[in-house]
Amino acid sequence: MSWHIAALQQLVNGLALGSVYALIALGYTMVYGIIKLINFAHGEIYMLGAYFGFYALTLLNLSLLPAMLLSMAAAALVGVLLERVAYRPLRNSPRISVLITAIGASLLFQSTAQLVFGASFKPFPQAMPFRRIQLGPVFITNRQLLIFGVAVLLMILLHVLVTYTKFGKAMRAVARDKEAALLMGINVDRIISATFALGSALAATAGILVGMYYNRIDPYMGMMPGLKAFVAAVLGGIGMVPGAVLGGLLMGVAENLVVTLGSSTLRDAVAFAVLIVVLLFRPTGLLGKKGIEKV
Amino acid sequence: MTLLEVEGLTVHYGVIQALKGISFRVEQGEIFTILGSNGAGKTTTLKALSGLVPKSGGRVFFEGRDITTAPSHTLPALGLVHVPEGRRIFAGLTVADNLLLGAYHRRDKAGIKEDLESVYELFPRLAERRKQDAGSLSGGEQQMLAMGRGLLSRPRLLLLDEPSMGLAPVLVEEIFRFIQEINRRGTTILLVEQNAHLALEIAHKACVLETGRVALSGAAREVAADGRIQEIYLGAG
Ligand SMILES: Nc1ncnc2c1ncn2[C@@H]1O[C@H](COP(=O)(O)OP(=O)(O)O)[C@@H](O)[C@H]1O
Ligand SMILES: [Mg+2]
Repeated sequence: MSWHIAALQQLVNGLALGSVYALIALGYTMVYGIIKLINFAHGEIYMLGAYFGFYALTLLNLSLLPAMLLSMAAAALVGVLLERVAYRPLRNSPRISVLITAIGASLLFQSTAQLVFGASFKPFPQAMPFRRIQLGPVFITNRQLLIFGVAVLLMILLHVLVTYTKFGKAMRAVARDKEAALLMGINVDRIISATFALGSALAATAGILVGMYYNRIDPYMGMMPGLKAFVAAVLGGIGMVPGAVLGGLLMGVAENLVVTLGSSTLRDAVAFAVLIVVLLFRPTGLLGKKGIEKV
Repeated sequence: MTLLEVEGLTVHYGVIQALKGISFRVEQGEIFTILGSNGAGKTTTLKALSGLVPKSGGRVFFEGRDITTAPSHTLPALGLVHVPEGRRIFAGLTVADNLLLGAYHRRDKAGIKEDLESVYELFPRLAERRKQDAGSLSGGEQQMLAMGRGLLSRPRLLLLDEPSMGLAPVLVEEIFRFIQEINRRGTTILLVEQNAHLALEIAHKACVLETGRVALSGAAREVAADGRIQEIYLGAG
């Protein structure tokens, strides 16, 4: 395989992986947009989503779609409880306390998962037979197509929700100005809960998709993708929905291109390099402008 | 009929007592103005009424119902609507979306549409800009938007906090004419102002706050004629 075909192949792989990052990044960015909190436990919600999907497929014997929906609902519940129990009481506390709480929640989820689900990895059931499709000079697998398709569909739904619905407008109003939103009769706490629910449901889907992609899940699977998705959200411009999508896709592609350039050991380093460069040269992210709408 | 009754309202910010027990009544149909120099506690009074700051004492009744501890977001549905100091419009959303957020608690589609049209009729400049980002409006237009958004909540009592703040004199007069027009159409108004002259001209009743206490109250005409108001204002520079 010549170099440029290999690169093209990695671009395809990168887009599939990147759309997973984008799904996770959306949760970071929505939560940040609405309460200015980096929810460091978000990667663990993604991990839990994968486990919920796993048990829905194996214990409950559900097929893929119902399993996904069930996992989304369960993860949404976890996200809502997390906000309610850990973050809401600290809403007027210094940022550093909330940040430490978020890191604590992340560790708590990891160790609880290790206790309940076991520390070793679980083979993720293949909910559909593996197929490879030739696309010109490159191959795309049906799993990659599924990942990409589901991610794009969810992103379109989210976009419509945020842009056009009454709920979405209330969400943007809350992100802008909570006091003014209260004066409109908006139940701000409920909108914040709903934001956690949405972000968590998207992360759960990402967890299942990745479980299927790599055939395995473990209690620590949320750490790296969680970090990378966070970097993706910052890269796109934290607080902005389109930024999370762009950042996620770019991160996925960049990571896979580095692998093509011959260094799979540097794979995980890409995220940190990107983070440093963005923070140095464009802390508002690619789509970020000062004062632009945040949600 | 008494629309709003405030009894011995106190508010603390930490150890600082911003309101030291204030009482007043707003009657149905009137314009009631709260005057006072900077820092007197006017904004705090409105925020306490709409639940944005907790009350440390006192009681508030709206249409006879005790709303002392009612959460902020439940008040617009009761008809108590607060247009805050500094407009606080939602930049990044269109003018029309801002107005419709005022109707967030409402389900009566037809009524909302009707009210939207009447706000556009009252403020034609908002109609021209309905698709524009609210953040791109001028100060005067933003004040109209904030008031229009309040009207979309279908207020029985509209709390207005310094609607003339930061506006050029011609615009100030225009805003005051709008307030009178809104009142003429049947909405009771609780107006907080630093511009005592104009406020006393359009108000029926007034009270003057001085460092968290009611220093003076009564019919607007009497308050305007009272020597003490000159003193309070001149005293505050
Ligand atoms: N969030 C706050 N924290 C502490 N003190 C405050 C706060 N808001 C207002 N104050 C104080 O309460 C007093 C009344 O303020 P305010 O109600 O804004 O006055 P006004 O609207 O009449 O200018 C002032 O002394 C002000 O400094
Ligand atoms: Mg004030």
